[in-house]
Amino acid sequence: MLNYIWFGMMAIGVGAGIYNGKIDAVTEAAIDMAKVSVNIAIGLIGIMALWLGIMKIAEDSGLIRIIAKGLRPITIRLFPDVPEDHPAIGSIVLNMSANMLGLGNAATPLGLKAMEELQELNPHKDTATNSMVMFLAINTSSVQIILPATVVALMGASASDIFITTILATLLSTIAAITAVKVLEKMKRFSVSAALEGAEPEVADND
Amino acid sequence: MIEYIAQGLSSVAKYIIPLLLVGIPFYALAVKKVKVYEVFVVGAKDGFTIAVRIIPYLVAILVAVGMFRASGALDLLLNMLTPILNLIGFPPENLPLALMRPLSGSGSLGLLTDLVNEHGADSLTAKIGATMFGSSETTFYVLAVYFGSIGVVRSRHAIPAGLFADAVGALSAVYLCKLLLI
Repeated sequence: MLNYIWFGMMAIGVGAGIYNGKIDAVTEAAIDMAKVSVNIAIGLIGIMALWLGIMKIAEDSGLIRIIAKGLRPITIRLFPDVPEDHPAIGSIVLNMSANMLGLGNAATPLGLKAMEELQELNPHKDTATNSMVMFLAINTSSVQIILPATVVALMGASASDIFITTILATLLSTIAAITAVKVLEKMKRFSVSAALEGAEPEVADND
Repeated sequence: MIEYIAQGLSSVAKYIIPLLLVGIPFYALAVKKVKVYEVFVVGAKDGFTIAVRIIPYLVAILVAVGMFRASGALDLLLNMLTPILNLIGFPPENLPLALMRPLSGSGSLGLLTDLVNEHGADSLTAKIGATMFGSSETTFYVLAVYFGSIGVVRSRHAIPAGLFADAVGALSAVYLCKLLLI
């Protein structure tokens, strides 16, 4: 899937770029974005280090375990293949709370920590598990009860108008995300074995 | 009433990070006698490796998104979709933002700024746009960062599920604003 989308975006980019006479801009964007990617990653180092340090303290003091246990009734439905009081649940819960409160800076490091812990439970390290996809989908549909600061600044007095509509829209998109993940994960073409099959020729060559 | 709730929530939010930064080490130190400084440094060490590990995934996704954006392909898509949009009552002015939102955070913020400048912050168009922006995330970026950090390349149903949720979010933004704000 990602192979086709990735190639498709570049191919359409080049095709449409030629058609629209914007091929110079396409080239420039490719080079620029390669640089931007590194800047983003480097910029993450400090924030990552800060939150991973705090998380390690929370873990060693048993706080994560307490949080994970408390919210188990909800999380067991969303992540049935993660064992009870596994540290991943604690990180997932903290990531979601940070997202809800609009604390993007804290949410990303917590989310990456959760992914790392989910990876421990993954038998095929380069293929996403059901729990990973669920976690990602909930993240991309962005459960938020606080408007992003940028939106508040832009909208001024109208910001309070869109408070309710934003919460409702994010709620609906999150429900859609959870439903889509639960339905799609049962389909054959998205199963782990189907994902692994795509890789088999390579393995066979090595044999 | 709604204003007070919104303001209350955001004024509480600004205390959360400082409270966590002090509260977690306090609990660990006072209750569990954890050597907080030493433990912090051990945890923080991973920050560098994780950040560097996502670079190839970010480059792959952001370059493809950047090429797609710069080519003007969105405008072509817009022309193709306009008849369908009119049919379902989706305002065409809001479509570029809806299409951009999963691809690029800075790109969609730029489009939202344009909407506000052009139509005014109190217009329905701007409110729909802001709702769209606030109710969704940059799906492709999150995928690259989250899966990239652990080296997952086979994303299975993550993209279809993510894009479906984005579509539901965008449509909800339109209809909720039309329903509640007119």
